[in-house]
Amino acid sequence: MITEFGHFLLALSLSISLIQFLIPAIGVKINSINMMKTSSLSAYLSFIFVLISFLALLWAYITSDFSVSLVAKNSHSLKPLIYKISGLWGNHEGSLLLWILILTFYSATIAYLGKRLPLKLVSLVLSIQGLIAVAFISFILFTSNPFIRVFYPNIEGEGFNPILQDFGLAIHPPFLYLGYVGLSVSFSFSIAALLIGRVDTLWVKWVRPWTLIAWIFLTIGIALGSWWAYRELGWGGWWFWDPVENASFMPWLATTALLHSSIVAEKRDTLKAWTILLAIVAFSFSLLGTFIVRSGVLISVHSFAADPSRGLYILLLLFLFTGGALFLFAKKSPDLKSGSLFQPISREGALIINNIIFSSAAATVLVGTLYPLFIDALSNSKVSVGPPYFEAVFIPLMVPAILICAFSPMLSWKRAVISNLYERIIGIFILSILITSILVFLYDGSPTAFLGLFLGFWLMLGTIYEIAFKIGIGKKLEIMLSRSINLPRSAYGMSLAHLGVAVFIIGVTVSSAWREDIEKSISLGDEIFIKNYKLIFSSYDKIQGPNWVADKATFFIFKNKIKIDSLYPERRFFPASQVTTSEPAIMSNVFSDLYVVLGEKNTENNYYSIRVYYSPLLNWIWFGIILMVLGGIFSISDRKHRLGYTSFKKLVK
Amino acid sequence: MKKLYYYIPFICFCFLLVFFLKQLFEEQSPSELPSVLLNKKLPLIELEKLEGYHFMSYENLIFNDKPFLINVWSSWCGPCKIEHDNLMKLSKTYKVPIFGINYKDEIENAKNFIENYGNPFSIIGVDRKGKEVINLGVYGIPETFIIDSSGFIKYRHVGPILEYDMLNVILPILKNLEE
Repeated sequence: MITEFGHFLLALSLSISLIQFLIPAIGVKINSINMMKTSSLSAYLSFIFVLISFLALLWAYITSDFSVSLVAKNSHSLKPLIYKISGLWGNHEGSLLLWILILTFYSATIAYLGKRLPLKLVSLVLSIQGLIAVAFISFILFTSNPFIRVFYPNIEGEGFNPILQDFGLAIHPPFLYLGYVGLSVSFSFSIAALLIGRVDTLWVKWVRPWTLIAWIFLTIGIALGSWWAYRELGWGGWWFWDPVENASFMPWLATTALLHSSIVAEKRDTLKAWTILLAIVAFSFSLLGTFIVRSGVLISVHSFAADPSRGLYILLLLFLFTGGALFLFAKKSPDLKSGSLFQPISREGALIINNIIFSSAAATVLVGTLYPLFIDALSNSKVSVGPPYFEAVFIPLMVPAILICAFSPMLSWKRAVISNLYERIIGIFILSILITSILVFLYDGSPTAFLGLFLGFWLMLGTIYEIAFKIGIGKKLEIMLSRSINLPRSAYGMSLAHLGVAVFIIGVTVSSAWREDIEKSISLGDEIFIKNYKLIFSSYDKIQGPNWVADKATFFIFKNKIKIDSLYPERRFFPASQVTTSEPAIMSNVFSDLYVVLGEKNTENNYYSIRVYYSPLLNWIWFGIILMVLGGIFSISDRKHRLGYTSFKKLVK
Repeated sequence: MKKLYYYIPFICFCFLLVFFLKQLFEEQSPSELPSVLLNKKLPLIELEKLEGYHFMSYENLIFNDKPFLINVWSSWCGPCKIEHDNLMKLSKTYKVPIFGINYKDEIENAKNFIENYGNPFSIIGVDRKGKEVINLGVYGIPETFIIDSSGFIKYRHVGPILEYDMLNVILPILKNLEE
């Protein structure tokens, strides 16, 4: 009954979204204020209905109602509650419902906050959001309905992919979708601006925080996925340039570019058309990601079950939204008035270079991801694009971006004096070369390690110098204090985020350049030496979990002849799905990760294949990402972003 | 003139769309073998020898007494590692001969890989540039082909062989072929 109610409300929210799309749009056309005003009410209603419908499906999952086909396919009564819940979005239908829930949530939020915006703009934005909702709700209702019942219910569900039974992965899709769908807001705002034919500074002030929110969630989402891959796949790696990973990385790159270009658009009233284009592209990438993951056009280890009819539908959506938006952009954006001029060497110039690089990077990833498809379509021969391509093309692109990033915040707007800049950065340059040289000499590093470390320190020192300069280090204490209090939070946000990038680069460089791995067959009692650790394979047990049985090995870890820790890698067997997974055990601290994977047992001689990885500073990768996210959060808490709303109101009146 | 410039993104997108449509309609799923190769004789592929492992020339390959698998793998490929346990099972438990093609790999890494995880391959050939396996239509690795005893391609599997694929797809096909 609850399931049918959910189904009904989803259908109802389709009609409400249709109203949300049509009425305000007509209202704008015929200039009817009453019609425009309906937009917020429809947005609220639509959100409430989708929410209830989502909760209805959630209830079916929690109670393991296997008469619902989706639950029967993807859940199992023995699964722990948290994975029953996350099972909802662990499949195509449920994840789409989550997508729509987030979309309508954002629309409702715009409706709520948008009371301070001009009615025409907010109605148009909500109308476009309504259109997106219509498209996705009909997609789910007509091609992938999650509420369908089976008539002869099974007593037990078919479980789901046990490798997905992990906390990091359970909360990864909601974050990723909060990011993906967040981009729909800047998209809708861009379309509205194109339709109205005006982009003012205050429009940018509205779009920026939304982009920032989407960026924060996207960053968290990608990081959670990558963290899962590291802890769960058992290969010590955290990024594989898989099509699905790329699908989330492309919108991230576009959003990062958008964040930076919107600064120029806000502060200098220029680059507006470009900013709008980036907003369109960023959302299109997130639609493209949806297409890639679900259509089966590209194969990947973690894509959903492919279905060509769904693929066609998403392609249709892509055509409608991206095609329509880009066409509108081509027609309307030449009329947008561009702002002030600037010299190539200036903050604007540096930000433009950032934009060029990030857009090229996104294009690079796009080409690499889709290249097999192009070649196949053109010549019917097949190729594969692997990590070597991405590493060869992506990393050199990022080098100049990092080089510039360290000092561009010190450049002044419009026109910078090179000699001033030179005095400031030469010391940082020498210092970072010096630190890097010493480290590379001490630890015997490769040229690549030198480059990576140099970039990391260069960016770190540059960022610290810049913020210290702003605060006025070396001046009187009172001055420093008052300056640091008065410094806007967005300035701290930027520094934190850039610092995060620096920490991330150092983490990536050190953990890959100085990684050690040992892979061998051992029997009970054997010892493995790696770096300055000694591992003793001390025992082997059978254990039982909620829906699996496992072989669990115990390793004692010694350092300098002192036992410091024990590690328990497992091999889990899930009887419901007849799958075995490997649960690596990781001893992790600030300076290094020790990663042990238990492999297959050789029944002839009772040897176990064991892999041990030692990766120094691997955690810095996660620390770096956390810093970036914190930077984003700091920025968003800036008064400026909220002031935007109120001053907009004043100005319009 | 200046205005046309703004159409570039739209035109690029349209191109992209054409490719997607083509892919969606022409080939229902890239995981299935393109019909051109199914039931065709194994195309000529010239591979190098991996020192210390059995090697077999093309001529020997197409005359066998038993159906066998061709598995394209590499030490740098994550999914290859995922399927490795199952390859071991196929070769050790089910006694299926597997011909491994090492793809775009460093010789040292390839050797380390099979020394550490075990060698499921009865014979190994090396395709360092990755150009030879294109004849097989290899799109991304790992890929596995089932070849019958007279050298005809019977099935193509894209992506790692999971337990399910092994038990429900590959073994039944092999059984069929043997009968």
